[in-house]
Amino acid sequence: MRDRISETVRLWFAPQRLRDEGTTPDYRFSLANERTFLAWIRTALALVAGGIAVDQFLTDLRWGVRTGVAIVLLAGAALCAFRAVNHWVRCERAMRRGEDLPASRFPVLLASGTALAALLVIAVVVLGLAGR
Amino acid sequence: MTGGPTVGGPDEPVRDPGAQPERTWLAWRRTTLSCAVSVALAARVALAEPSGLAVVAAGLGALAWVGLLVTAHRRIGALAQARPGTMGAAQTAGTLLCVLVLIGVGGMMLV
Repeated sequence: MRDRISETVRLWFAPQRLRDEGTTPDYRFSLANERTFLAWIRTALALVAGGIAVDQFLTDLRWGVRTGVAIVLLAGAALCAFRAVNHWVRCERAMRRGEDLPASRFPVLLASGTALAALLVIAVVVLGLAGR
Repeated sequence: MTGGPTVGGPDEPVRDPGAQPERTWLAWRRTTLSCAVSVALAARVALAEPSGLAVVAAGLGALAWVGLLVTAHRRIGALAQARPGTMGAAQTAGTLLCVLVLIGVGGMMLV
């Protein structure tokens, strides 16, 4: 398990080593994988922008709440970024080996987190809790 | 109509009709634009309430953006080939580093 993880992490920083195994898939599949990677990177970047914006624009909130929300968003961004690289490596390797693409729970986690955040904001707005 | 679009002379390789390389380089462009949003927000802090830390953070953010721009530019150059290869370490690790630096910038803004 630990060897597998360290091997995958090494591939993050040296993806050319992927060429050592399997056969090169149709380049269009690799490009689709690359675009998926970039879409996740953009998700991470949007979370960073959200984190900075919360701290700047929600000045009516108490300092602790504002900073807490910003930290959650920034931590989510870091998670998304690492996951983007990791999933790209795993998909690329699976395609080279001719295996099924890896299944992932991460999108469900992110969607649940976003839905929870939205419900929380609705509750705060409806109950008029913010800044009063 | 015969087949996909043929660019250039008969010796030139026929480009992918699905426009995959074009879609991929547009995705790189979108990503650098998303990055610019965070950098602009950081620059706004540095201008609105200038403190040493905010200015340093905004500078770091700008540097990360330039790094991502160069990474994207080099990748777009590689995508111009008829059969583009997969991303290299510059793209995976470079992009990851740029995002992590921006997260650091966001953290510095909170202080």
